[in-house]
Amino acid sequence: MRRIFDEMSGEDGTIRPAYEALQSWLEKMPHEVLEQRRKEAEFIFRRIGITFAVYGEQNSQERLIPFDIVPRIITHDEWTGLAKGLEQRVKALNLYINDVYGKRDVLRAGIVPEELVFQNPAFRPEMNGQRVPHDLYVHIAGIDIVRTDPNTFYVLEDNARTPSGVSYMLENREIMLRLFPELFSLHKVAPVDKYADDLLATLRSLSPRGGSEPNVAILTPGIYNSAYYEHSFLADKLGVDLVEGRDLFVKDNVVFMRTTEGPKRVDVIYRRLDDDFLDPLAFRPDSVLGVPGLMSAYQAGNVTLTNAVGTGVADDKAVYSYMPDIIRFYLSEEPILPNVPTYRCREPEHLKYVLDHLPELVVKEVHGSGGYGMLVGPKADKAQIEVFRAKLKHDPANFIAQPTLALSTCPTLVEEGVAPRHVDLRPFILSGSDKVRIVPGGLTRVAMKEGSLVVNSSQGGGTKDTWVLDT
Amino acid sequence: MLSRTADNLYWLTRYVERADCLARILDVAQRLSYMPLTYGGSTNEWSSVVLTAGCADQFIEKHGPIEKATEENVVSFLALDPENPTSIRNCFEVARTNARSVRTALTSEMWDAINGAWIELRAFPDRGLSRDELTRFLAFVKESSLRFDGAMHRTMLRNDAFWFARTGTHVERADNTARILDVKYHVLLPEEERVGGPLDYFQWASILRSVSALTAFHWVYRDSVKPWLVADLLILNRAMPRSLASCYENLTGSLDDIADAYGRQGPAQRLARSIRARLSNQSIDDVFHTGLHEFISEFVSDNNKLGAEIAEQYLT
Repeated sequence: MRRIFDEMSGEDGTIRPAYEALQSWLEKMPHEVLEQRRKEAEFIFRRIGITFAVYGEQNSQERLIPFDIVPRIITHDEWTGLAKGLEQRVKALNLYINDVYGKRDVLRAGIVPEELVFQNPAFRPEMNGQRVPHDLYVHIAGIDIVRTDPNTFYVLEDNARTPSGVSYMLENREIMLRLFPELFSLHKVAPVDKYADDLLATLRSLSPRGGSEPNVAILTPGIYNSAYYEHSFLADKLGVDLVEGRDLFVKDNVVFMRTTEGPKRVDVIYRRLDDDFLDPLAFRPDSVLGVPGLMSAYQAGNVTLTNAVGTGVADDKAVYSYMPDIIRFYLSEEPILPNVPTYRCREPEHLKYVLDHLPELVVKEVHGSGGYGMLVGPKADKAQIEVFRAKLKHDPANFIAQPTLALSTCPTLVEEGVAPRHVDLRPFILSGSDKVRIVPGGLTRVAMKEGSLVVNSSQGGGTKDTWVLDT
Repeated sequence: MLSRTADNLYWLTRYVERADCLARILDVAQRLSYMPLTYGGSTNEWSSVVLTAGCADQFIEKHGPIEKATEENVVSFLALDPENPTSIRNCFEVARTNARSVRTALTSEMWDAINGAWIELRAFPDRGLSRDELTRFLAFVKESSLRFDGAMHRTMLRNDAFWFARTGTHVERADNTARILDVKYHVLLPEEERVGGPLDYFQWASILRSVSALTAFHWVYRDSVKPWLVADLLILNRAMPRSLASCYENLTGSLDDIADAYGRQGPAQRLARSIRARLSNQSIDDVFHTGLHEFISEFVSDNNKLGAEIAEQYLT
């Protein structure tokens, strides 16, 4: 097997220029000092209350995501290329969704098979022919990126529903500035705190009402949601109200919030609630988290929901495999960021290949997320492989498979010292009516276990501060 | 501001105040229980603690008749019992849940104070506490509420969020002071012929201590502790921060600030003003004349009514 690419020491052990200052700093720091700072960071995180809940786990209602104090560094040029590719990708996603709920050229041209749209559980017939402000659907996207060598960044996943993690991007930077101010004097790190302004500007640009200053609110499922901290954090940074379903009501197709001064009209709702729960009258009738009548107010064009309803039709792993063609179709451009080669098990030849090569592949559920329900072939034992073989044969369309990539590693503080661990990157892309905004960086997730490729926080993954260097 | 946010702020400060008050009541009971038995007479200090804390029903359900309350079961019930909805532990739990729901309306110092207290509280066991442990625990509770109050005063913007938080504190504080008076009213009655033995002195002093006013008493009256003066201090003296009159000074102030900011007066403001007027237009002799017990019962019910008016007008 090829050597794994380490973002600090490359493939041959030569320190890459962007990491030189960090590397010599790390060499001078005794392990105990680093360990001490790591504990301080953990203490601060707990004190601020940056916790998340893991579903299905008892007695650990509030857990910390491990924070790794060694930053990850991306050069200015690497970032410029990435940012272009991300903008292109999100533009195509928006055009695709607009088309799927509109004229459906993409289906007629045979680019994407119809059943991937109409049999998709995330497809919302309510959105057919529905116009949304500026034809934008995915206003806040999180695109997961992995790297395999100095020049290759792959898109691993598109998150077009309610991607989370941006609060970690911002808080990680705050903590680093507090703990290691000296490191920032050695590097020109592009700031990330502009994200809040960018997000607010994006949300305001989407208001359905011209003229007066739009009233923006963030809709949360409540304090028991695993990402509640992030919801309140964002409301705070934006200076907007954090509302729950019961704070809102709809009258004559207009959405109002209950305030101490009486009802106040709401124009833009950044909802962190899945489609299913938005409105018990339109979707799941048992939802107590949503707002009765919200969907009809939305359809009447009196309120903007971000992201739009029905964006899930563009971000499952089966549609993902068509993204390069989707980009070519709408933009007449070659994709700047490649996809990871993907076998669609719904296609018989692909399925056959996958079944014959299970020990070397990663198999994922089409609608899975959070690292649940996946098989990492090279790490699995025979029994696990056989279980997956049975699942695949039973319902092939529910799975895709990809070669096991040699994901890049970054130096990470672990018990034995500083050692390489696999990482990915989730940048956040904001699409407003005026322009696309991307804060340089994103959330780097790191698999804390040696050799592990699963970076999801629900599976014990941690996070790092991500530095994009200016020039 | 969102009605729910105002509601969370209001209950956040109410629960912090309640935890503080419970800690003071336990503190005083512990002190009284150190006294020689002969001074304790037939009164069972621990059952009166349960009555003052206003959780007699739940206590009886778990520990049986209130007359048989003991130091051990009262301390465990009021301090740390997770099953008692108004134990100090649960007050902090509810306060933090409210705080977590309104993170955006709190300053980081306030959140830090309440979240820090909640984290520290988890180090204490669910069971009863030894006397030493109890002393440490009560000091921790009082410090935590002081820290929270201090954070609120030093860091919060003076806007509706602050006024709703203040309103919660004072509605709760008035209720607590009134309940202490209600349970102990019989020892405050002026009986000309009674000399005031050591038992009574301890009782009066303990009432003052439970609202941390023993020193204040001497400064205000420059006299020995007399029951009607104790009543005067706790009911009518506006200089005394835990008196009913002072609570209503503050309540009318906060509610008027809210009304000014919103440009509209309502039933809550009118009711608060009329209660305040009643407190400032009477002398303590008038109070005793109409009956101390009746006076306090009526006050408790009016104070509850104000809570309901505030909820109706702003919090729902």
